[in-house]
Amino acid sequence: MTNIPAKTPDLEKIAAHYKQQVADLKRRVIICGGTGCIANGALKVRDAICAEMEKAGEKAVIDLMSHEDHSGETYFSKSGCQGFCQVGPILRIEPEGIFYCHVKPEDAAEIVNVTLKTGEIIDRLVYVDPVSKKPRRHEDEITFYTRQNRVVLKNCLIEPDNIEEYIYNEGYKAARKALTEMSAEQICQKIIDAGLRGRGGGGFPTGLKWKFTLASKGDKKYVICNGDEGDPGAFMDRSVMEGNPHAVLEGMLIAGKAVGADEGVVYVRTEYPLAVQRMRNAIKAAEERGLLGNNLFQSGFNFHVRVVEGAGAFVCGEETALMASIEGKRGMPSPKPPFPAERGLYGKPTVINNVETLASIPYIIRKGVEVYRSVGTEKSPGTKTFALTGHVANTGLIEVPFGTTLREIVYNIGGGVTDNAGHVTGEDFKAVQIGGPSGGCLTPDLLDLPLDFDSLKGAGAMVGSGGLVVMNKQTCMVSIARFFMQFTQNESCGKCVPCREGTKQMLFLLDDIINGRANEDTLELLEQTAKAVQLGSLCGLGKTAPNPVLSTLHNFREEYEAHVYRKICPTGECKALARPEIDAALCKGCTACVRKCPVGAITGKVKEVHVIDADKCIKCGACKAACRFNAITGI
Amino acid sequence: MADTAIKKLTVNGREVTFSDERNLLEVIRKAGIDIPTFCYHSELSIYGACRLCLVDVEGKGVMASCSTLPAPGMVIQTDTKEIRNMRKINLELLLANHDRECPTCTRSSTCALQAIANRLGVETVRFKAPRKEEPIDDSSPSLVRDPNKCVLCGDCVRVCSEIQGIGAIDFAFRGSNAKIAPAFDASLGEVECVNCGQCAAVCPTGALTPKQDRSKVWDALYDRNKTVVVQVAPAIRVALGEYFGAKPGENVAGKLVAALKLMGFKHVYDTSFTADMTIFEEANELLERIQGGGELPMFTSCCPAWVKYVEIYFPELLPNVSSCRSPQAMFGSVAKKVLPEQLGCRREDLVVVSIMPCTAKKFEAQLPKFSVDGKPEVDIVITTSEVQSMINSLGIQLLELEPEAFDMPMGFATGGGVIFGASGGVMEAALRYVAEKLDKKPLEKVDFKQVRGMKHLKEASLQLAGKDIRVAVVHGLANTKKLLQDIKAGKANYHFVEVMACPGGCISGGGQPWGATDRIRVQRQQGLYNTDKAHQVQKPQDNWLVQRCYEEHIGGKPGSQEAHHLLHTEYRNRSQIFDAKLPIMRGTESNRLPITVTICAKQENCPGQLLLGMISDYVKSKQYTPWVDMDAAFSSRPAQDGTICVTVGDQIVERTRFHNAMNTLEQLQNQAAFKNITDAIDKGLARIR
Amino acid sequence: MQESVEKTKAMVQHLAAVNAILEKNEYDPGRLIPILQETQEVYKYLSRDVISYLATSLDVPVAHVYGVATFYAHFSLEPKGKHIIRICDGTACHVKKSTGIQQHIYKRLGLNDDKRTTDDLLFTLEMVSCLGACGLAPVVVIDEEVYGQVTPAMIDDILDKIIAEEKNAKGEE
Repeated sequence: MTNIPAKTPDLEKIAAHYKQQVADLKRRVIICGGTGCIANGALKVRDAICAEMEKAGEKAVIDLMSHEDHSGETYFSKSGCQGFCQVGPILRIEPEGIFYCHVKPEDAAEIVNVTLKTGEIIDRLVYVDPVSKKPRRHEDEITFYTRQNRVVLKNCLIEPDNIEEYIYNEGYKAARKALTEMSAEQICQKIIDAGLRGRGGGGFPTGLKWKFTLASKGDKKYVICNGDEGDPGAFMDRSVMEGNPHAVLEGMLIAGKAVGADEGVVYVRTEYPLAVQRMRNAIKAAEERGLLGNNLFQSGFNFHVRVVEGAGAFVCGEETALMASIEGKRGMPSPKPPFPAERGLYGKPTVINNVETLASIPYIIRKGVEVYRSVGTEKSPGTKTFALTGHVANTGLIEVPFGTTLREIVYNIGGGVTDNAGHVTGEDFKAVQIGGPSGGCLTPDLLDLPLDFDSLKGAGAMVGSGGLVVMNKQTCMVSIARFFMQFTQNESCGKCVPCREGTKQMLFLLDDIINGRANEDTLELLEQTAKAVQLGSLCGLGKTAPNPVLSTLHNFREEYEAHVYRKICPTGECKALARPEIDAALCKGCTACVRKCPVGAITGKVKEVHVIDADKCIKCGACKAACRFNAITGI
Repeated sequence: MADTAIKKLTVNGREVTFSDERNLLEVIRKAGIDIPTFCYHSELSIYGACRLCLVDVEGKGVMASCSTLPAPGMVIQTDTKEIRNMRKINLELLLANHDRECPTCTRSSTCALQAIANRLGVETVRFKAPRKEEPIDDSSPSLVRDPNKCVLCGDCVRVCSEIQGIGAIDFAFRGSNAKIAPAFDASLGEVECVNCGQCAAVCPTGALTPKQDRSKVWDALYDRNKTVVVQVAPAIRVALGEYFGAKPGENVAGKLVAALKLMGFKHVYDTSFTADMTIFEEANELLERIQGGGELPMFTSCCPAWVKYVEIYFPELLPNVSSCRSPQAMFGSVAKKVLPEQLGCRREDLVVVSIMPCTAKKFEAQLPKFSVDGKPEVDIVITTSEVQSMINSLGIQLLELEPEAFDMPMGFATGGGVIFGASGGVMEAALRYVAEKLDKKPLEKVDFKQVRGMKHLKEASLQLAGKDIRVAVVHGLANTKKLLQDIKAGKANYHFVEVMACPGGCISGGGQPWGATDRIRVQRQQGLYNTDKAHQVQKPQDNWLVQRCYEEHIGGKPGSQEAHHLLHTEYRNRSQIFDAKLPIMRGTESNRLPITVTICAKQENCPGQLLLGMISDYVKSKQYTPWVDMDAAFSSRPAQDGTICVTVGDQIVERTRFHNAMNTLEQLQNQAAFKNITDAIDKGLARIR
Repeated sequence: MQESVEKTKAMVQHLAAVNAILEKNEYDPGRLIPILQETQEVYKYLSRDVISYLATSLDVPVAHVYGVATFYAHFSLEPKGKHIIRICDGTACHVKKSTGIQQHIYKRLGLNDDKRTTDDLLFTLEMVSCLGACGLAPVVVIDEEVYGQVTPAMIDDILDKIIAEEKNAKGEE
């Protein structure tokens, strides 16, 4: 941390410089640089294209700031996660707005020689709509994108490691306004008026949280950005930190001014190395430009930010556990009150906001309350990002206004529910699990429910961190409840009795159900335990751990009862309950299953109907996989 | 500033007043409703894990009362259907994961888990037992750790770190694998535990208990060839009665003597006798140090947990610790010398039993330095809780017994010897002695009330013979640590400091009746002061039987050569316990001499390396290798005076001055230092082979 | 003498790296987690000696450091294999049968839930929480290389390749 007063940055000048730089470019190719696409080889694709460029005698540039004159160059920038990870690596070619997907290094020569030279589109690289089977050459033809409303994710197309591009897109103007024109009280009030609610799960009004922290007396205060996103199946925060790190920093800066804090900590889980790197790069760039440091914009306000990496504990997403972790302790939550606003990090008043919440702040300050409130619902204004996964045609990261219906998300943006073979049939929707291990499931009758904080709570679910897992009819809901229980059981810190012992026992009870050991008392005990854990647990992790169980018990009780009383799994997913049989009408007597069975449980001669000995069968399913006539049933 | 104005809130429909209570739980308990808890102790930080203290606060919902501040106008319901169900499920969950062999548990009658389960009417345990059987750790001579009975309330962890400033045990792992254990799951006997037993004193279940040595006592009592005598520590008499329905502080010494006689002890003596003797020695040592310019401040040495603490954490202060043995150890050495003749038995047939409020005394008694020819001077140490169960096992109705007197001569004690059991007692007794000696006239006012009570640090300044004598009394090792740091930093300056490891002194030692609070501690202390007051003789120096004992057996007077032999001891530097160890040599014989040399890991050329090499060569040249285990201990804390810590067996050749030998003088010094070490090795090897 | 001096010299050098990490973090016990992270980066795991040494250097109880090190999944108190295989067990991967991949690798390498590292210290298998590459489920990361839409056959190919490379490297020595 430097104590040298920062030079006052001239945002307009920086923006003008950037504008002039890009004006000379011949073309711009945006490679998705999110974790998903990079994992799929996006950077290899870029390098291959650049190599082909050189062969073709074309000029390519990767870092705009490396030199000044860019005339005639093609700029290969990377973006944050563009959300559509499933079809990655994704390439966009500007100014035409061409959208290529599933690009491989082998495609490099063709891209250079055809598209980059002439602007012509290579048809085999464009996206094909899974329902209509029609090609979609540009982003604005793809329903996955057209049905979204991207505010927080908007800037994810810019180069995250280039602060100038962020500033060119009006970056840090909100911070300048907040620091030089607004009082702390005014900022808090504005956020209260905007109705912004915390995106980390609970939906507490952000402005109120700030106001409480502002009111707390303290010689030192902190702003913490909670980037410990750990819900299985959720990666919104990671994408924002990777794609738009400066928006997070700017949000923190404004929060710092609003609560009177001069130090910020970005807590990122260690499983997100790219997010850690991008955040660190952004901090360094902001410090160099005088956007972090002392006496910012000559306002007398100081603000410094550092990144702290988590060490692999989901519970550290809970704010008191997160602070314990920053302090170098076991990440065990402590009782609230006292709330962090009164006694937080190192005992000082602290405001903790989620990544997405902070990234929304500059937009609100810049555009004003009315613009912000123009989307979303009365009580849940604005947009929300969701990670859409599971049995749905289009998976990925989406941003929609609050109040959007589940139907819109699953069928239009998601492109419909897929069966186990991956086909959209239109009949497979069973449920959506929302909010990960703390959330609940939504059933077909709730498809038209407008999604917002309060309606979801009413439906026994929660926004949580925003994971949306779509499940088809072949999914066993007891198994899903068990999967989430296994997760929370594993991630329980072990401090309070209900969570430590209760999640473990609920897992045992679910195991009993799945394995056919349950009896009439099991469901009652499961429900009682779930309620005790919900009421008694110390922190949010434990309090919400029973939600998947309670919600599936409520919505799919007959499925539980089938397991318990009839010892069958209606979806056939629970192997222990399977009763494989051979359908005599379909069996051709080919002996394929006889040969595959590892325990010799199937008998039968060629061209005669085969029989499975239930006592010997270990329910491995090898026979079903071997049978070409779908004659094996019940597994 | 404490807010003492009277405010009101409502509990279960009744108005309750409160002022500066720490939390809602205290307010509710004061109102007469004892909400059950495992993890709440008024002396410790708030943990909030057992979730039993949840209450419903109108408008706010269900909250943990231990972590909620009371506010005027709050409307509280301590019991709703949901809360009751939650508490019951909670208990059921804990019981499912608990070793429920209750009748055989030493905590059977005082187990909080059992008591609360009964109170809440938990009738069945419907859950499976998920627990993997964990081995019981009985490596410590003082304590037994049974993880199978742990409810993870963390009381022991917090008492060890917050009250004692040690942190020998802590939480490890996470979730359902979470456990409380020393680092690396090591056994308690091999870590920095000072054996104070405060963990056992707060443990709600049988997970941490004082080690039980009752059967050894019964064996001795049933052995017709043995003469079994017993010493009773001062603090026992004001606490034991609690088990039988007496009030804390009620002195039951006479009844205990009768009970012990009924049990078959030949003679029953009072440790307060050697407490008086301790004052003779210790006060003399203090006067010598003051007058002769010795190391000051001088620290008391009665408390074995404190002694071990200073050996581990502040070895540089060992010269400041009085070399006097504790009263228990003095009793052992004197008894083994004097009693065989008096009682007409052979020394080897005399069994000395101690009844102590303290688990660390078990550790002290087994130290090799308190053994003669391999036989400990105090043979068996049992705690208050153990003697209680022995009394009960015979069906003796303690409070019904007619009091009997201690046996003479070692049963005679002054009031000064009795108050040893309270924090400040040793100091007060010593001041009675020192004041009279320095002022050279009879002391009229024997009370030194400045050093009594539960204040963390008690200080007094006395004008004696024109000298300003400054003393301090501290209890609780975390408080002690702070004081030691102040002393080392020159911020505090005393002649004499009394240290007791346990809060309030021995009266709330780790072996005392379970569940001491500050209120009970004060009552027990008061019991001792009442006994002192009622005593005809209050000044230790007036104990004529101690004087006679000196004359007949201990070289005539305090500080004599025989006194040094019988009543004093040496200390060892235990700081190497923490260091990263590198095995240099491993012997093959079953009996081996451990040698450890500390090497500074911050200095590239630490002379410890040279020394280690020379020792290793010496061991090889003498062909000692099969009998030697040698380790290098890597420390990140170089000794400030440039010395190197070397341990040879239990005997310490500590703080060797050793150089990288740049000149002849240094080489000469090295030779001398090296000679000390080789002598120790030779001696050690002679003993082993 | 030479032998013991060499042994201790090596240990002092070994601890010098730890000293540097402590120095960098200003011996602040509040920075225990980054200190453990950096130390693990150097030594690949946290040995008993290193933990004791860190604790005494920071003047905190050893049990405290042990408690922190065992709390977080990221820290390993045992030596890990040369090649680390991480299977994502986030929801998306789970739904796409990541446990099947786990079972396959268990069988292939002779591992189980309690034994995560092969005896030859060549492989360590870890189940990790969501890696955030849900679009590619099921995902396996081997030595920082991400493999998406993994099948048992793919795993076999990758493992075969690594084992062959290791054999060659050994042969060349």
